Amino acid sequence: MRKLALSDEILLQVEKPARYIGNEVNAVMKNKEDIDVRFCMCFPDVYEIGMSHLGIQILYDMFNQKDNVWCERVYSPWPDLAEIMKEKQIPLFALESQDPIKDFDFLGITIQYEMCYTNILQVLDLSGIPLRSEDRDWDVPIVIGGGPCTYNPEPIAPFFDLFYIGEGEIVYFDLLDLYRKARKEGWSRREFLLEAGKIPGIYAPSLYTVTYKEDGTIESFAPVDASLPAAIEKQVVMEMSDTYYPTAPVVPFIKATQDRVVLEIQRGCIRGCRFCQAGMIYRPLRERSLEFLKQRALAMLDATGDEEISLSSLSSSDYSQLPELVNFLIDECDRRGVNISLPSLRIDAFSLDVMEKVQDIRKSSLTFAPEAGSQRMRDVINKGLTEEDILRGAGQAFEGGWNRVKLYFMLGLPTETEEDMKEIAHLAEKIAERYYEIPKDQRNGKVQIVVSTSFFVPKPFTPFQWAPMCRKEEFLDRAGIVRREIHAQLNQKSIKYNWHEADVSVLEGVLARGDRKVADVIQYVYEHGQTFDAWGEYYHQEKWDEAFAACHVDPDFYVCRTREEDEIFPWDFINAGVTKNFLLREWHRAQEETVTPNCRMQCSGCGARSYKGGVCCEDKN
Amino acid sequence: MKIRIKFAKEGAMKFIGHLDIMRYFQRAIRRAGIDVAYSEGFSPHMIMSFANPLGVGLTSEAEYFDLVIRTEYPSQELINRLNDVMVEGMRVLNAVQVPEEKASKAMSLVAAADYLVRFRYPETLPVDWKDKFSTFMKQPSITVTKKTKKGEKEMDIRPLVYSWHFEEDGIFLQVSSGSSDNLRPELVVEAFAKANDLPLNEFSLLIHRKEVYADLGSDKEHDFCALDALGKTIV
Repeated sequence: MRKLALSDEILLQVEKPARYIGNEVNAVMKNKEDIDVRFCMCFPDVYEIGMSHLGIQILYDMFNQKDNVWCERVYSPWPDLAEIMKEKQIPLFALESQDPIKDFDFLGITIQYEMCYTNILQVLDLSGIPLRSEDRDWDVPIVIGGGPCTYNPEPIAPFFDLFYIGEGEIVYFDLLDLYRKARKEGWSRREFLLEAGKIPGIYAPSLYTVTYKEDGTIESFAPVDASLPAAIEKQVVMEMSDTYYPTAPVVPFIKATQDRVVLEIQRGCIRGCRFCQAGMIYRPLRERSLEFLKQRALAMLDATGDEEISLSSLSSSDYSQLPELVNFLIDECDRRGVNISLPSLRIDAFSLDVMEKVQDIRKSSLTFAPEAGSQRMRDVINKGLTEEDILRGAGQAFEGGWNRVKLYFMLGLPTETEEDMKEIAHLAEKIAERYYEIPKDQRNGKVQIVVSTSFFVPKPFTPFQWAPMCRKEEFLDRAGIVRREIHAQLNQKSIKYNWHEADVSVLEGVLARGDRKVADVIQYVYEHGQTFDAWGEYYHQEKWDEAFAACHVDPDFYVCRTREEDEIFPWDFINAGVTKNFLLREWHRAQEETVTPNCRMQCSGCGARSYKGGVCCEDKN
Repeated sequence: MKIRIKFAKEGAMKFIGHLDIMRYFQRAIRRAGIDVAYSEGFSPHMIMSFANPLGVGLTSEAEYFDLVIRTEYPSQELINRLNDVMVEGMRVLNAVQVPEEKASKAMSLVAAADYLVRFRYPETLPVDWKDKFSTFMKQPSITVTKKTKKGEKEMDIRPLVYSWHFEEDGIFLQVSSGSSDNLRPELVVEAFAKANDLPLNEFSLLIHRKEVYADLGSDKEHDFCALDALGKTIV
């Protein structure tokens, strides 16, 4: 039997010891003697969240296909264990071998949201890895970051040796080959980073310097060595049906947030919503073939025994062979006693028909994400959904027996007026009224409408990257306007309103569009005990306020400013496929309330065509 | 047809709780490709019922659950198929056919269980602890205070210990088990430690379940029969 890194006493004291023992079905065990590169993949949040992440499953499978590479996993220890580990000086360990992270060659950290930045420092700290790249030598692993937040890596740049910009399937093995060579030939760590920085998509932050203007904006950003590229090219998979995708994902013992087989049907999105970073950085839309998806779906169900399968993509309704895929899954899943979950479907006759087959209508609710209440505002954000679409979809659903609706909106979008906010309440009211048009004897009790608003956070590589963000007070005022307007509606009793915390949104705004100066704040707040910012109960605004003050960093500089059109952004050195010109054009069109057609209707020249594939090269007949 | 599976749970698997073990087996049965019966409705589930749940931190070589299957398989094939998809620490030991009626559900049959209780740090015990334990068990009654939902309750646990002896530096205990008069073995050892002022905390014991029984006899005369011995091997 494997020896666990933690004693029985510790495991029996902490919540959910299953988070730390590994041994899950399909976890990969290898013989250390056969391995020349050990890679540990980290999701810097609790196990149940990290285990729900598809990206790690894909890369875990990819690395472990190589006989001489062993990829393991590590997640953030929950605060109860973190405290014990710190006190007893127990080093953080990987789940499979239970060996200390410090013994690995690479620590790869996927960075999915800004609120995990303090957890990254905790992982490094508990592993015994110096927090800053400049203080590290060969006795600790190469720390490499990936994932959506690396499209502005600057606020966390000093903590990483390397960043991988783009999709992991492309250049990782080149990086591993280079590493083997470096170690064999006895290069210094810096020599290795310098050579690594020449691999497309790999960014070595310590080898780039930034200078600032007097007003705090960036004056210049350049590599210290002329052999390094001035721009880092995003890596994209262009052959989506002949690439790495697990057939036997790891199955956790405890219930993960995403407790099911996940079938990624496509990457990218044709819609071009102007607030959406994913819709921009994953361009172009690339579909996986129906045959590939059928084969993987069955293989994964066989290998995991999971009782549910879910389709994953930014907008599943845009998958061109959706009916064929869904019908195939309905047949197969029925035979196997497996449930199907279909998120991100547009509500229309097809999806209602499918949902009727796979869900219990009485227990399920319809979800619409109009994102804004008024048509004017939806035109600004380029959200194609119209009020007519929503009312038609809701009406069909109500007639089919549904009586629960969830509506998602954002507050604080650029150009938002009081009227736009009030329209959120009016839209909810119209949906309620549509429900009560159904004769009483034909409807299913009362309608329940849940309106949720989040606060808009401008993100890099979106047309709104120039936009100012609201302050906390403005956000709460806006939520107040929506709340009062909902209360003034005829059917207010059928409408429930939830709004998001404002503090966290503002901090997210700073971290999303921050520069290297913000790194000091993150380190300060971590060193003063702050972690798990994504968890309300562990988020302490006053600690962050203290950290900003102590580091002389003004959060307003990052959130409240309208940026000049010619400003150099911290993330401008990344070529993410969409050009800054396109984003600026879209920023102007937003202000003109002009809608831009989706990629299948008309090419808008975003720049992603340079990848020569996906939707950009679809037959337009 | 209804089958009863007997399995062992050892090593790191002792940290997986009862509900997660149920989920684990539901997935394992699918992976093994065993043709099981499902309940009706939108979220069909396997028709499965476990005998008495094992606490987190305990190991066992006698865990049981019943399962309704649609296709008949020989016992050995069921055992092999499941063992092919187990993780380290989980082993399927037996698979037998049991009667379908409700009264023979694994859960309601449980009457007694065998445990081996060992000490994690035996060096902290006095050298004569075995003598002390023998003396302790010779008492006609052993009263302990048991915490219940409504408060505390005094109970005599001595009659619930059906037999005991020393085994492998530990104590073998056959105790009453099941929905009524369930006796957790640590209660006996904790009472012993308390009576003798021995250092003992919640992590001091290593508890291993060895068997679970139904009682085919009467209150006056027990006739314990292991839960899998109630079924018959499928050939």
